[in-house]
Amino acid sequence: MSTNAPVINNAIEVHGLTKRYKNLAALSEATFSVPTGTICGFVGPNGAGKTTTIRMLLGLITPTEGSAQVLGFPVSEPEKYLSLVGAMIEGPAFYPALTGIENLRVLATMGDIPQERVSELIDLVGLQGRGGDKYKTYSLGMKQRLGIAAALLPNPQLLILDEPTNGLDPEGIQEVRDLIKKLASQGKTIFVSSHLLSELEIISEYIVMLRKGEVVFSGPIGELLIAQKPTIIVKTEVISDLEKVVAIAHAAGHPAVIRHGEAHIEGPHEWAATLNRSAFEAGIVLSQLNPTTPNLEETFFEMTGAR
Amino acid sequence: MLRVFLAEWRKLRRPVLVLGSLASSLFFTVLVTVFMFKNIDNPQGNADRGASIGRPILESASGSITAVSQVGLFLGITALCIFAAQSAQEYTYGTLRNLLVRQPARLKLLAGKFAAMKSFALLIAVVNISVSIAIAFSLSDGAKVSTAMWFTSEGLAAIGRSSLNIFISIVYFGVLGITLGLIFRSPISSISIGVIWSLILEGLLFFVNENIPKWTPVSQFNTIAAGGSADISYTHALTLGTSYVFLGTIISAILFAKRDVAN
Repeated sequence: MSTNAPVINNAIEVHGLTKRYKNLAALSEATFSVPTGTICGFVGPNGAGKTTTIRMLLGLITPTEGSAQVLGFPVSEPEKYLSLVGAMIEGPAFYPALTGIENLRVLATMGDIPQERVSELIDLVGLQGRGGDKYKTYSLGMKQRLGIAAALLPNPQLLILDEPTNGLDPEGIQEVRDLIKKLASQGKTIFVSSHLLSELEIISEYIVMLRKGEVVFSGPIGELLIAQKPTIIVKTEVISDLEKVVAIAHAAGHPAVIRHGEAHIEGPHEWAATLNRSAFEAGIVLSQLNPTTPNLEETFFEMTGAR
Repeated sequence: MLRVFLAEWRKLRRPVLVLGSLASSLFFTVLVTVFMFKNIDNPQGNADRGASIGRPILESASGSITAVSQVGLFLGITALCIFAAQSAQEYTYGTLRNLLVRQPARLKLLAGKFAAMKSFALLIAVVNISVSIAIAFSLSDGAKVSTAMWFTSEGLAAIGRSSLNIFISIVYFGVLGITLGLIFRSPISSISIGVIWSLILEGLLFFVNENIPKWTPVSQFNTIAAGGSADISYTHALTLGTSYVFLGTIISAILFAKRDVAN
């Protein structure tokens, strides 16, 4: 395996990447790039094609069409770059009858990685004292930690993590977030998919968003959020009045939808006062009127139509 | 490939797997060896399907290894189960994706795993052969079987030849196990299909047409272990058995190298 990766601007480059299963397109002409040394969030509803993309980047699945490069090497030649890549795909997967340490040793032996690295990583992910226990006795959070340790085994230049915080308690989530930041500060590239969009918003500089196998956005997260229109979130004392509020918004030319017992109305913050007045005149009592700029989660739902 | 071999042995050396495999194979080896010597004068026979293996055979140069040569099917089925489970469980546990990230050269990975399993099969063969010879030797006095020829140069050559045949047979059963494991990607399915085929279906085919076993894989593997039989010559069994194994290896290699790893 090569240990001399070419000097590159993008750790991942994907052009028109497509994967079809018979008539179903799991990923359709995806094009995006992940700059070297950044944390890039990879988001999309279940079934959007995230794991398929990650598997293609790791050489586990052959693309139907398109091309992709990882650390400057084509995905058709994974032996040239995988020694520099750490990955946890679709949750941790280990041998239940082996201990945590022995599971890592299997992978370390396979990848020609010094065995001392195993104990370092057991400590790093907070499994000290439990590394000698069988994997089948681990809690979900411990399994997740072992998965992260396995991904870190080769001291990777590129770390690909699929839902790394699944099953972790708040303290564990905080630890993973800090670990990801620390690794990025060392110049590593982190490509991380997660359903915890608030977490991704905190740590990611870039974002790739998928919907039904298509890339709906890729680029700096700031650009995505700035491009979002300001929104006014409204709650009414009587829930059935929400439809009347939406009708008022539509009449004034502002797009509006009801989500989870709230009306989300696109419009400038100043229009909130006008809306309040119109609602009052219509006999509607507002219990909440909140002008806001959409965060990543709201943007995600807006762009992917996940709700 | 050495790294894959060593990594695979980290999984194979589990005491439960090693002792379980040895216990299940030794059960049949000990049973057949004891039965053969204790029932040497039994008119209902002392071997498979009521056959009689008398003193002239047991006192010959290959007498020490005659019993274990008859257990080829059971040793083979043990290997089939282990090889099938070890290859199929990578799919059910989802661990194959981890292995392929650390060793993306798929054929190298398959070859390393296969080499490790072969060495495991060798361990099973050596232990079973040794135990069978030891039991046979200890029971020979009671059965009035002379062991004078057993450890002569001719006897040792016979032990070597038969051991090689048993080892080849076990490995061939193992390749069948790997092929089934990679086709079905489930330990339960691959083991049950392999065992049912080996123990039941091939036997039933004999009743359909008694010539069919001359062409079926398990009969060939079994005959190789026994060094030939009345119905199937050793050369025929080795040639046809090797052809089956070659076909199985090609199928395994293609499936392993080309198939998407989506679980």
